[in-house]
Amino acid sequence: MATEEMEQLVRREYKDGFVTDIESDTLPPGLDEDTIAFISKKKGEPEWMLEWRLDAYRQWLNMKEPSWAHLDYPPIDYQAISYFSAPKRPEDGPQSLDEVDPKLLETYEKLGIPLHERAALAGVAVDAVFDSVSVTTTFKKELSEAGVIFCSISEAIRDYPELIKQYLGTVVPVADNYFAALNSAVFTDGSFVFVPEGVTCPMELSTYFRINAANTGQFERTLIICENRAQVSYLEGCTAPMRDENQLHAAVVELVALDDAYIKYSTVQNWYPGDENGKGGIYNFVTKRGDCRGARSRISWTQVETGSAITWKYPSCVLRGKDSIGEFYSVAVTNGRQQADTGTKMIHIGEGTRSYIVAKGISAGKSDQSYRGLVKIGPRAKGARNFTQCDSLLIGDKCGAHTFPYQEIGNSTATIEHEATTSKIGEDQLFYCRSRGISEEDAVSMIVNGFCKDVFQELPMEFAVEAEALLNVTLEGAVG
Amino acid sequence: MLQVTDLHVTVEDKEILKGLTLTINAGEVHAIMGPNGAGKSTLSAVIAGKDGYEVTQGSITFEGKDVLEMEIEERAQAGLLLGFQYPVEIPGVKNIYLLKSALNAQRKARGLEDMPAPEFMKLVKEKLGFMKMDASFLQRAVNEGFSGGEKKRNEILQMLVLQPKLAMLDEIDSGLDIDAMKVVADGVNSLRAEERAILLVTHYQRLLDYIVPDKVHVLVDGRIVKTGDAELAKQLEANGYEGIEESAA
Repeated sequence: MATEEMEQLVRREYKDGFVTDIESDTLPPGLDEDTIAFISKKKGEPEWMLEWRLDAYRQWLNMKEPSWAHLDYPPIDYQAISYFSAPKRPEDGPQSLDEVDPKLLETYEKLGIPLHERAALAGVAVDAVFDSVSVTTTFKKELSEAGVIFCSISEAIRDYPELIKQYLGTVVPVADNYFAALNSAVFTDGSFVFVPEGVTCPMELSTYFRINAANTGQFERTLIICENRAQVSYLEGCTAPMRDENQLHAAVVELVALDDAYIKYSTVQNWYPGDENGKGGIYNFVTKRGDCRGARSRISWTQVETGSAITWKYPSCVLRGKDSIGEFYSVAVTNGRQQADTGTKMIHIGEGTRSYIVAKGISAGKSDQSYRGLVKIGPRAKGARNFTQCDSLLIGDKCGAHTFPYQEIGNSTATIEHEATTSKIGEDQLFYCRSRGISEEDAVSMIVNGFCKDVFQELPMEFAVEAEALLNVTLEGAVG
Repeated sequence: MLQVTDLHVTVEDKEILKGLTLTINAGEVHAIMGPNGAGKSTLSAVIAGKDGYEVTQGSITFEGKDVLEMEIEERAQAGLLLGFQYPVEIPGVKNIYLLKSALNAQRKARGLEDMPAPEFMKLVKEKLGFMKMDASFLQRAVNEGFSGGEKKRNEILQMLVLQPKLAMLDEIDSGLDIDAMKVVADGVNSLRAEERAILLVTHYQRLLDYIVPDKVHVLVDGRIVKTGDAELAKQLEANGYEGIEESAA
């Protein structure tokens, strides 16, 4: 196929690009201690929380933005960002879907997220985050009967201060990295999940994030705690409307698993990647870390990343507990001029700890993608094991794929396996499929989905379907 | 059904086909034979729409439609199907999935609904049995790790499921032992029908002992130099292509 033709095919439009017109109660751009005090007050937070934020902010001021990632973007002006935006609604917030702004529900409809249907039919409790405030929470009652707490982080700070004090910042310390420190200072909302000892959460928990108000940074904070023998599956999905200015997103997710606990965290991310020239799009700098604190605990990250102009994200596991297990299953797709530097860190501290990494990267258009993974085996991690599989699929000849595997082995009893492949969707494969009557796009989607199968089967059923659909939209016409 | 008229085809500025004319009617089995480099595979590749072949002159019509104006998948949907000499491997994509996608894509193009899953499975299992293939084939990735013989059987399996109007088979006999050849030939023979035509491209006469053609064309240096019945193939076997070229000259 001719190069120009390829280029034309690779161009596509972002299907979720629309802006909902809801009046926002937005803080003017800028960041100082007053901004943080405003956010804290707006959230009705206690004094200790404000101090926690200010401490993070002061540390952040002395930190440097990381530059080691294989990413290229203009410097971010942190004073040009607005740090608070909330839909203007009665302060108490709506109690049911009937009270939710119909425009908002319409937005979800456009995204193909029929909230009530989904909630009712699938038995999924949905905590919908629109800009920075939790708008609606369903099934809260059912969950509370099981003893599960599922609420916004702001509510948790008000209603469960002891749990927050005990766990917040213990997995990702406030000064862990530049973006985590920024998040700690200015986070506006996010989710909190607490599953008490012996309880298996009766339903899958789901949150949809969406960035809306122009020029608004979004700083989500999520904290999930599973006590001994508790289990939860948490689903996070994101889409964003089209926008010209680059938007910064710096979320922090902390997971804590005690003895025999299991946390499964799944993400489908579809933020606006920018136009074909790389203009606009979300900058996504996320710190996600799980702490397998208890013996035999297990934390599993599954992610499907298709959006964002810039992705900087390494969901990690700290395997502290004896015989604990960390897993990372990832599909990252980049197209256009997207850049992604993503991967995972598996830190083996406890004896007999195991980790599995399956990372699938698909690069199309002029995009550039890197897998960066660290497997670290500490001196006390006797008999630790890691298996890493890292595959790249290239579509066209203008994209790039890089693999940066790091291994730090401090223990001779450890077993480490690493497998990596790079392949290209060949013209002969496409010709073969098309000569059977299958259209070019369907052929690409078939080959790509085949490539991603190992990861998709880790996703909860309804998410797997969504992920497949999303992949098809993302790679529409991305043929070479 | 298929009409190829004065076809000239260039590959990388080299003229391979130099005025080829061929008519195939429904119900007929044609064999194209010729020495290496004569342009045999070029003909089937051009009809299927493979990239890199430039038609500089002439025309191809299928049931009155201009084939050269059609996309690759449209040609398949119209009932033109090519069995490959070297089928490509597609890791991660299950054979059954390719079959189903291809069948339903073709049905969709004809305004039909997807074939219901139970009906599809019944169809595939029947054809699989006919090709003496194990059901585990369906769960394997397309052609991945298949032996030469398995790949060829798989090509015929696709033909049996997709039921094209014109089945083109490019060197389907290459690399087959005698048992595999018989199975493949049985598969091809089962495709013979009033409403269907078959075009075999082959280097050796051997295949034609099992699939007896109605017409044999000898392709030399980009042109059909001689056309006859199955007897012609036997003469070729005895005298080689040299003799034909001389008698045609």
